[in-house]
Amino acid sequence: MAEATDTIPEEEIPEEETAQQGRGSGFAAMLRATEIDTRFLGMMAALIVIWIGFHIMSGGTFLTARNLWNLSVQTSAVAIMATGMVLIIVSRNIDLSVGAVLAAVGMAMALLQAEILPNKFGLGYDHWATWIIALVLGIILGAAIGGLQGVIIAYVGVPSFIVTLGGYLVWRGVAWWEASGRTIAPMDKTFQLLGGGSRGRIGGTASWIVGIIACVAFLVVLVTGRRRRLKYGFRLRPRWAEIALGIFGCFAVLGTVYVLNRYYLAENLAKQYAEDRGIVYPPGGLHISLGLANPVLIAIGVALAMTFIATRLRFGRYVFAIGGNPEAAELAGINTRWTIVKTFILMGILVAIAAAVQVARLNAAVSGLGQGTELYVIAAAVIGGTSLLGGSGTISGAILGALVMQSLASGMVLMGVDAPIQDIVVGAVLVLAVSIDSIYQRRATT
Amino acid sequence: MTAETTQQVPLVEMRDIRVAFGGVHAVDGVSVDLYPGEVVALVGGNGAGKTTLIKTLSGAHRADSGEIRVNGKKVTITTPRDAKALGIETLYQTLALADNVDAPSNMFLGRELMNRWGMLDDTAMEDATRKVMGRLNPKFENFKSPVNSLSGGQRQSVAIARAVHFNARILIMDEPSAALGPAETAEVAKLIMQLKEEGIGIFLISHDIHDVFDQADRIAVMLQGKLVGIVRKDEVTMDEVLAMIIIGKLPGEVTESELEDLHG
Repeated sequence: MAEATDTIPEEEIPEEETAQQGRGSGFAAMLRATEIDTRFLGMMAALIVIWIGFHIMSGGTFLTARNLWNLSVQTSAVAIMATGMVLIIVSRNIDLSVGAVLAAVGMAMALLQAEILPNKFGLGYDHWATWIIALVLGIILGAAIGGLQGVIIAYVGVPSFIVTLGGYLVWRGVAWWEASGRTIAPMDKTFQLLGGGSRGRIGGTASWIVGIIACVAFLVVLVTGRRRRLKYGFRLRPRWAEIALGIFGCFAVLGTVYVLNRYYLAENLAKQYAEDRGIVYPPGGLHISLGLANPVLIAIGVALAMTFIATRLRFGRYVFAIGGNPEAAELAGINTRWTIVKTFILMGILVAIAAAVQVARLNAAVSGLGQGTELYVIAAAVIGGTSLLGGSGTISGAILGALVMQSLASGMVLMGVDAPIQDIVVGAVLVLAVSIDSIYQRRATT
Repeated sequence: MTAETTQQVPLVEMRDIRVAFGGVHAVDGVSVDLYPGEVVALVGGNGAGKTTLIKTLSGAHRADSGEIRVNGKKVTITTPRDAKALGIETLYQTLALADNVDAPSNMFLGRELMNRWGMLDDTAMEDATRKVMGRLNPKFENFKSPVNSLSGGQRQSVAIARAVHFNARILIMDEPSAALGPAETAEVAKLIMQLKEEGIGIFLISHDIHDVFDQADRIAVMLQGKLVGIVRKDEVTMDEVLAMIIIGKLPGEVTESELEDLHG
């Protein structure tokens, strides 16, 4: 213990040193003062190790703007769904049906924009409203499927494992049946933008603006948090920790934007771009930043919204309380059944959003869409620190978990590792990550 | 204050309550009442039906039949929320805490304070919890850690704080001292006296006959789902209450030799 904290009465404005409570000294105490979750830091460290490892083993092709940009896009769909899976698992449930629901909803959205709206409703192709109608109806369908499964789980009392195992088969079958197994393509021109690609991104300048807004928002959160603690006379972080957090947060955000902005439009597209605008194509080439891809922006938006829901709203608090002690939650007057149904509705909505991203990116829908995705989504949540026993998990952890899973997959593709070996590695890493975490948790609590 | 209770309207009247699990009558036609500022102890052996009876009042379990009146008005209690709306708070034997969240979240579980944008106001909740704990257990400091990292006594404080913070008029305490050491048990006894003076009616479920004689005004004895009788503490001896608990006979009915046998 660095300072004699007990001598400082609660009523006084807490001295900054009081944040250094508990055992340990030096670096460990400094980390504790920043109040950053050690598990989160551990995952960051693991991610960095994976990245550097792949970079060396792939002969310097992993940590390139191009690869990281692709990685960000590929992670989006799993990350979007993993945020919902956190709440499902926290409340002591599981959803094995997300891959199949993704296919059923994706196929429905594809059929809407490629066949039903243009032909049956006479909107023609690439009507301005098509993408909105397809997306909104897809989200409603996702919510309805989630709601149906949720009602059977919460009100009929069938275990979620069974209901969603049934859903795993049912919705995959539905996805096939919707179009009799045909591949539906192409997608609406505007809808395609949801998937990224050379058009579905916001460009360099806008990316910087997004980065700066994120930076400012982060600082505002830090400052208001400090003010609120001050108002009630609660313990504060030391000032240096606040400043370090602020600098590190902004550095991370702006650094990411910088790296992603270094990925430029391919040469033929850049020539096209120059031609369209009547610019003479310079001999040294034209560097046009792609900037953040739309699916990445969607995933960031979803992550922020889900973090807000999980930590700032009653619903989120109830989900955690149910996971901690379902009986206590019920006795506290929480409508536990309806809360469970809501987690599944939310999951359905997120699956629909991920389906839109996937279908738009592939520019097609097939009934095999999202096969095996449920395992990646669950693995992302679990690697991200969500406990299958219920009651604990974070959205940010799940996002990192998704990034870890996708980094492994992309890295091995980059190295030309055979598919069966890839599966072996991903499976082993999942078990290893959770093993390390359980050992660490056991040490921490005893 | 207990002398004139007969003239008042009872705070709670439970009439002919019945609860059956399958073919077993856990509670079989029990009637009890409770007056303001009174402590009624519910005693009986394991499986006598005390907890089940009280669960029908706290909304944790529905009665199959019977009537509950609060302040003379007939009420229907089907969920814990109904009970809380009527000012009935319960301190459960299991404490009923969500172990993975902190003390303020537990205290306000189901009744969170919100700011004007409809978001959880965690700072205000922590502030309120600090104030309540300042009265109940000034040594309590862990407002940010999940309650599963707290000691038995601290967890009990959180559960008690939750029961008394929301201006309860009727308090149900199921074995409030079960997990506590002697000092903390004395604190709970003091708290019961304090709440009594504030005019709160308390149902106290306890196994400890000494506690019961210390704190209760009246004692309701149950045996195998039925009410043996309700007696005034000042009018009976401990042995007579034990006879009610074990052989189900009222003080007038029990013979000397049967009382002797209790100590056998």
